[in-house]
Amino acid sequence: MSGQWEVVIGLEIHTQLATASKIFSGASTAYGAEPNTQACLIDLGYPGVLPVLNAEAVRMACKFGLAVNATVARRSVFARKNYFYPDLPKGYQISQYELPIVEHGEMYISNDAGKDKRIGITRAHLEEDAGKSIHEGFDRHSGIDLNRAGTPLLEIVSEPDLRSAKEAVAYMRKIHTLVRYLDISDGNMQEGSFRCDANVSIRPRGDKDLGTRTEIKNLNSFRFVEKAINFEIERQINVIEDGARVVQETRLYDSGRDETRSMRTKEEANDYRYFPDPDLLPVELDAAYIDAVRKSLPELPDAKQQRFVDDYGLRTDDASILTVNRQLADYFESAAAGTGAEPQVVANWVIGELSAALNRDGLDIGSSRVDAGALAGLIDRIDDKTISGKIAKQVFEAMWAGEGSADEVIEARGLRQITDTAAIEAIVEKVIAANSAQVAEYRAGKHKLIGFFVGEVMKESRGKANPAQVNALLKEKLGDR
Amino acid sequence: MSTTSSELHTQTLTELSQGLERGDFSSLELTRALLERIVRLDTVLNAFITVTAEDAIAAAKRADKARASGNAGALLGLPILHKDIFCTAGVRTTCGSRMLENFVSPYSATVVERLASAGAVVLGKTNMDEFAMGSSNETSYFGPVRNPWDLECSPGGSSGGSAAAVAARLAPAATGTDTGGSIRQPAALTNTVGLKPTYGRVSRYGMIAFASSLDQAGVITRSTADAALLLGVIAGFDPRDSTSVDHPVPDYVEGLAASLEGLRIGIVRQHFDAGLDAGCAKLVREALAVLESLGATLKEVDLPNLDLSVPTYYVVAPAECSSNLSRFDGVRFGHRADNPEDLFDLYCRSRGEGFGDEVKRRIMTGTYVLSAGYYDAYYLKAQRVRQLIAADFKNAFAGVDVIAGPTSPTPAFRLGDKIDDPITMYLNDIYTIGANLAGLPGISVPCGFVGRLPIGLHLVGPHFGEQRILNCAHQYERQTNFSAACPEEFR
Repeated sequence: MSGQWEVVIGLEIHTQLATASKIFSGASTAYGAEPNTQACLIDLGYPGVLPVLNAEAVRMACKFGLAVNATVARRSVFARKNYFYPDLPKGYQISQYELPIVEHGEMYISNDAGKDKRIGITRAHLEEDAGKSIHEGFDRHSGIDLNRAGTPLLEIVSEPDLRSAKEAVAYMRKIHTLVRYLDISDGNMQEGSFRCDANVSIRPRGDKDLGTRTEIKNLNSFRFVEKAINFEIERQINVIEDGARVVQETRLYDSGRDETRSMRTKEEANDYRYFPDPDLLPVELDAAYIDAVRKSLPELPDAKQQRFVDDYGLRTDDASILTVNRQLADYFESAAAGTGAEPQVVANWVIGELSAALNRDGLDIGSSRVDAGALAGLIDRIDDKTISGKIAKQVFEAMWAGEGSADEVIEARGLRQITDTAAIEAIVEKVIAANSAQVAEYRAGKHKLIGFFVGEVMKESRGKANPAQVNALLKEKLGDR
Repeated sequence: MSTTSSELHTQTLTELSQGLERGDFSSLELTRALLERIVRLDTVLNAFITVTAEDAIAAAKRADKARASGNAGALLGLPILHKDIFCTAGVRTTCGSRMLENFVSPYSATVVERLASAGAVVLGKTNMDEFAMGSSNETSYFGPVRNPWDLECSPGGSSGGSAAAVAARLAPAATGTDTGGSIRQPAALTNTVGLKPTYGRVSRYGMIAFASSLDQAGVITRSTADAALLLGVIAGFDPRDSTSVDHPVPDYVEGLAASLEGLRIGIVRQHFDAGLDAGCAKLVREALAVLESLGATLKEVDLPNLDLSVPTYYVVAPAECSSNLSRFDGVRFGHRADNPEDLFDLYCRSRGEGFGDEVKRRIMTGTYVLSAGYYDAYYLKAQRVRQLIAADFKNAFAGVDVIAGPTSPTPAFRLGDKIDDPITMYLNDIYTIGANLAGLPGISVPCGFVGRLPIGLHLVGPHFGEQRILNCAHQYERQTNFSAACPEEFR
């Protein structure tokens, strides 16, 4: 980024809450049903129907508030946001406006310099999602699918504390991790369960006043967030450096062309005419309720990461990777508990071979073909020198392919490491005898040929010879004359 | 005493209930008798938007069968009407609007369901001001209703069809809704009893919303005993309405008999200011004297912010209605313009064609008072004044049990007289609106005639004080019996 400009970003993250039914009706929230099969009369905004608040959505919002160190409001109020659109059946969205359920929270991220940075969370409020307009396939008409109408959302609004696209992504990732830890959202970005709007502005470095911002709507992948923000920063710098002004407006990111485009300017914006929804009572939460929710919170990602460093002696980076996902962290802990080996070795396996295999097969940790106990069994065999680290990778692949436990695979394939000195000595001597020219060179001082000899011995033993023993024996035999 | 079917219409709900129980007549006979009257007399009144004759006859037969096999719901076989604002599954619900001219609700309102479960037989759906916005029934897309006491006059509104039908003995009782006086004012103008319960006493589920924080369902009947009987059936918590209140439902009928000895009745001085017709004032004063003679004591109370109730109401109610009526957009149900050019055209023409002038006026007023830059000056200020008015009532009820006064400033006015003058029309509700703003129960009970036109005595109670105002109205009614009077042409 051009050094003279400071970038200011705030995110509004929309998280779909994982309730079984909608926020104000009993209709199912399951994704992917036939259009308009999961919309009841309340979702359709029929005359005379009334909303009834889903208590589970409130509990989830409360969980989130406590997890980000925020104030959970004793009294919050639902308001109507009025605008006309065909996928908004009532002509208003029920949201929270002046009195949201969560205020004054915070989240820590690693900034560009790798240091901890506090990002303020202004507020998080409950609201209902709209339906979907489908503009293709209806011959000059648009289709409306109201399955999503009334799905509970938690809109999480950050302070304009983010200073780069990277920081924005880091923050969004941490929120993403958190909502899944809390079991309040599946975080599925393809299905739109987790998406954000980015408010972006630039100002001359050192200025106190904020520049004019634009809002980029509906970003549903971390990659798009980063690209859209970077495009927008460049665009704004160009506009200003060309002597023009940034216009306050809403923009859309076109991922195909990697650019943002104007959607509507401030002048064209709706006057939403917010007012408290008279159909719903204020949400009143007492201290006992909030305490009970606090007690139900799981260990949070940051705390878990710190514990992995402190208790398991893991590298910070590895602890961070392992705690991105609660199931992955649980897997690690259970594998570490099942083996006598160093936890760092377990971490290396989980982050290395296991993650690679999961990625390759498109599986998540919950459906891993090698469970934590089995992986621990494999690591034990390395630890007790039954097999080498290299052979272990072969064993792991066989286990992944369903050939059984580590011991079964080692047994069936005859992969037990050769640690019998006499047996290794025999191979070493065979190799020395077969390569007299190299032996002469080695003895003449070309000691880097040791690698060649080790390789030959390992080949001869089909990888099963204990490498440390091979090394020692070779040095002994080659140097003894 | 046996009754011939030609006399059945003269009886109150309570009397009919006893007759059915004794086996003097069947629900089918009763239903047929009333349907015959409706066919014959409603051509004059226009009190009905839809008559559900077939359904009614089937329901009456079921009720008779149920009675024969020993079952007896509180209203088994008794005929009632529904204001056409209550959704009724399978029967169209128009809300008095072209917008919903052909709308058939897929579900029934809680009030409708509760009355049906108690065994009531629905004869039809009554005419009303469009979306309940009006005080004369003249804003109905289906034409004005005529007052049975003078066919040139309005029966009041918005529940004008319910009031006229009950007054003309086309049915013993009807449901209504009251946002600013829409049950009590037409009751007063037609010599019927109109009860608006406490906000939250009766579920609003399935009642098409006008102003959600003010709307309340209630009943229009021929007697206070009938109102008590029906309230006992429709009152109570409904999990589908978050604003309904989980408060015990007493036996309202049993409570009617209590003596008024020692009852403290509050009189509001402003109620007798210049705006009140002299004839009305005289009758209301006489009514107060009757209450005194029954043992009540009269005490002047002050409601200092009462004169702000009409302007407050006409900010709050339009604000809520502008949002409530947004769902009528031509997309999913209701009137849809032909061949729209685009989305904007679909919205503009569907709503432009579907809504009448008064509805449009209120949507525009409401949109204005909620808009950026005006919200604080209008909506927020109105809400603050509303709290002051509610506090005034609270203070008043610290010293009195009931507040009594006129229901309406004048008797029924002539059709066409006020329809082009909204402000004068709005002032019709000056005595009733306060109870809506404060969420209090109110009842209008007949208290005499100015010339040939009836007027009503208005009694307001504290929150959930229905029993008290019903008791007070009942004792007054027993003493005076004005509610027994029937317009000559409809005897």
